[in-house]
Amino acid sequence: MPVFWIIIALLGLAAVGFLLGRRNALSSVEGNPTLLHSRPNYYGAGVALSALIPALFVLAVWLFVQPLLIDTRVSGAIPADAIPEGSTLGLVMNDVQRLASGLEQLQEMGRITGREITDLTTDGDIRARLGEIGFALGSDVRPEVLDAARQFRTLESTGRLFMTIVALVAAVAGFAINLSRVHRDKRARNQVEGVIKALLLASACIAILTTVGIVLSMLFESINFFRQYPITDFFFGTQWAPNFRGNSDLGIIPLLWGTMYISLIALLVAVPIGLFSAIYLSEYASRRFRAIAKPLIEVLAGIPTIVYGLFALLVVGPMLRDYFAQPMGLGNSGSSVMTAGLVMGIMLIPFVSSLSDDIISAVPQTMRDGSLGLGATKAETIRQVVIPAALPGIVGAILLAASRAIGETMIVVLGAGAAARLSLNPFEAMTTVTVKIVSQLTGDTNFASPETLVAFALGLTLFVITLGLNVIALVVVRRYREQYE
Amino acid sequence: MVDIPDSRGTSTSSILTADKRTKKRNAAEKRFRFYGLAAICIGLSALVMLLASILYQGIPAFTQTKVTLEVPLSADVLDPEGNRDPEDIAKVITFGYAGLIEEAVENAIEEYGIEIEGLDDPAAIVSKQASAQVRNWVLKNPEAVGGTQQFSFYTTSRIDQYYKGKVTMASAELDSQISIEQIQLAEALEEAGALERGFNWDFIFAPDASDQRPEAAGLGVAIIGSAYMMLIVLCLALPIGVAASIYLEEFAPTNRLTDIIEVNISNLAAVPSIVFGILGLAIFINFAGLPQSAPIVGGLVLTLMTLPTIIISTRAALKSVPPSIRDAALGVGASKMQSVFHHVLPLAGPGILTGTIIGLAQALGETAPLLLIGMVAFVTEYPDAPPDGFFDPATALPVQVFNWTQRADPAFAERASGAIIVLLVFLAIMNITAILLRRRFERRW
Repeated sequence: MPVFWIIIALLGLAAVGFLLGRRNALSSVEGNPTLLHSRPNYYGAGVALSALIPALFVLAVWLFVQPLLIDTRVSGAIPADAIPEGSTLGLVMNDVQRLASGLEQLQEMGRITGREITDLTTDGDIRARLGEIGFALGSDVRPEVLDAARQFRTLESTGRLFMTIVALVAAVAGFAINLSRVHRDKRARNQVEGVIKALLLASACIAILTTVGIVLSMLFESINFFRQYPITDFFFGTQWAPNFRGNSDLGIIPLLWGTMYISLIALLVAVPIGLFSAIYLSEYASRRFRAIAKPLIEVLAGIPTIVYGLFALLVVGPMLRDYFAQPMGLGNSGSSVMTAGLVMGIMLIPFVSSLSDDIISAVPQTMRDGSLGLGATKAETIRQVVIPAALPGIVGAILLAASRAIGETMIVVLGAGAAARLSLNPFEAMTTVTVKIVSQLTGDTNFASPETLVAFALGLTLFVITLGLNVIALVVVRRYREQYE
Repeated sequence: MVDIPDSRGTSTSSILTADKRTKKRNAAEKRFRFYGLAAICIGLSALVMLLASILYQGIPAFTQTKVTLEVPLSADVLDPEGNRDPEDIAKVITFGYAGLIEEAVENAIEEYGIEIEGLDDPAAIVSKQASAQVRNWVLKNPEAVGGTQQFSFYTTSRIDQYYKGKVTMASAELDSQISIEQIQLAEALEEAGALERGFNWDFIFAPDASDQRPEAAGLGVAIIGSAYMMLIVLCLALPIGVAASIYLEEFAPTNRLTDIIEVNISNLAAVPSIVFGILGLAIFINFAGLPQSAPIVGGLVLTLMTLPTIIISTRAALKSVPPSIRDAALGVGASKMQSVFHHVLPLAGPGILTGTIIGLAQALGETAPLLLIGMVAFVTEYPDAPPDGFFDPATALPVQVFNWTQRADPAFAERASGAIIVLLVFLAIMNITAILLRRRFERRW
């Protein structure tokens, strides 16, 4: 039974459980709910939850463990000499799984019966039959693969059958046990609330799981990468020249250089503009002007980065090339560090301005009043009193913006180019860490080659850099807040 | 008598006339103010330029030039067996229909009395999509074989771009895909009323088309893919996010676990989106074995990305409910859980909803992580209805934009901008809904 229908069945059982639990509770006090420990709905909810939760738990664990077990069983059964030259067990297993799912589809479409599958031989031209339903196989089917695929299918279907049985048994058992305990003195509300609280905690822990998932997934593949490629060459190599036939140069320095250069230009655009807008909006602007201008600037923050990327590609890039780079003889590439940096700067304006706005508004009014009372002009007050007081917060905001700039992907993919270069000319195309993650992980990927795995090492580096910047920014901001509260 | 020295030194300043220093300070004040105003103007003009250029480039994508032709569905070509059996008709592949289109164009030239010297391959003004269009129609109406039928075809993108002003006679001369004579033919057909430019619904509803025929490419699959992903994000991120926020805001004891959760949430909010793509690729596709390019994987990745946003805004909404509400509920004997679920949560509802819509809008525009989980694939078939459709290959709106920017034909740049307009319209609707909800339900305690 497909998982979807199992879940529907479980939900149905839970609904019945709710009604029965409620009814039994009421009938145990002859319909007078004031005699019950909890309100009747809690008895129903208790039964429903005890039917659902163990069964769903079994289901989740089973779905997670079964593929792993079957994989080891089947790949253990493939003889070592069945693996062709230049291939690996993993690749053969891929073939097996693909063939198995192809046969599954054939059977679902009624083009083949279960008996026919057991009688299939490799000369029966399975590939052509699968091709008919639009299921392409990479190569002709070899007998070992067919055997393994059959075994795979048998194991999978028995596994599924057991899963259905176990899940339903667990549901019915939970249902029956809880229902039999429904009684007027049962502390149903406390039990249900305990379960709900556990669920709430579990939801909160998903944040931890996500972080752990991010770190582990990148760490393992990075370790794989560093087994094949020396770690010093990665961090200190000044050449980036991936070559899918092997022997690639995978030095991160040119990528980091491009990333830093573009981020620097972006910050040079965003920080002055964002900061001055924030100062004007919080210190000078009339209420009406602020009510209009602030949301409009924040619209810039709501625009997806792909839009900025397209803007860089179609408008800013050609404009810079035609009016600056070519007349000055600095190159003739539409995608350049300048293009990506300028557009990214525009993207960061609202980020800097709204963060700084909050920080400037948080500076106590008494400090401004003191300065103005001594005869300083407004500009002097802002420059010599407000900004120094807000400085730690502003630095924090700039660091957050920098971390945004470093992790930004679509603008650089479309605006910066793909050539890894160590150059000072801002009108030349350069590339960044994020661009290379995208280009190494899209298209044909082979998770055994260093050219693909390098993306995970790049990702980990990116994660560590941005995390570091965020942590520093948070510390700076927090320390500042303690001063005035 | 001794002169009392001027206490103000040698200066003879007066409060009525500004001295040099005051003038300087006032000028500095004015300058400073001007910088601020200029910064805002730069920001706003960037916004205007961004939107104006996208609109300017994208609006033409919504119209398309079409040519109306009478196609002779000759039985010799379409039904060589002569028995009108749909299966036999289906054996004639798309390529076989190309001759009919050519014939149709030649008939039209003759009928309208068009004479153009040096006209070569007149059928090249009709999109390559035309043969497939005729074939699909014939397969549905096999009884029409033998007669003639009127069709409205796309012209090729070059002709279309000529009418949109992006291809000129001068550029056509250098172009191998179009000749001046063919443009003249298109103009003659337009005069005869057989060719016109109109609104193109297929741009919104049709699936993507290959590199060679930008005129037929549409956003249908991308819109469905995005909608599926938003559905998944809504179904997962909203309950999980709200549950996590309730725990952290109402129940969490101050201990190390709570601290770790808090730190994690604030860090996840700042992790670059592409890192979530790596997570999706490594965990959901390579480890859990979910299919590539499927909305389910995209939805899961975007859920993890949106969770921090939803949690942060939900917590703010819960925090804004005054403690007196909780105290009152507890005072009349409600349990802590009842006070939260019966009183605090409904009052925080509008705030939570607003935060969720904004989170969804963010997820809708996200591109980078989807590139890594294979949503860049070329998909021309609509996914099935959910839940099976969640596992079918699809693309997403922003990824479709990216996809089109990577193609060689310049007509795709126009379509990419058009797709952005569609995306921005969806985003605007979502954000305006959020603002209206906030206005309507905002409560000051």
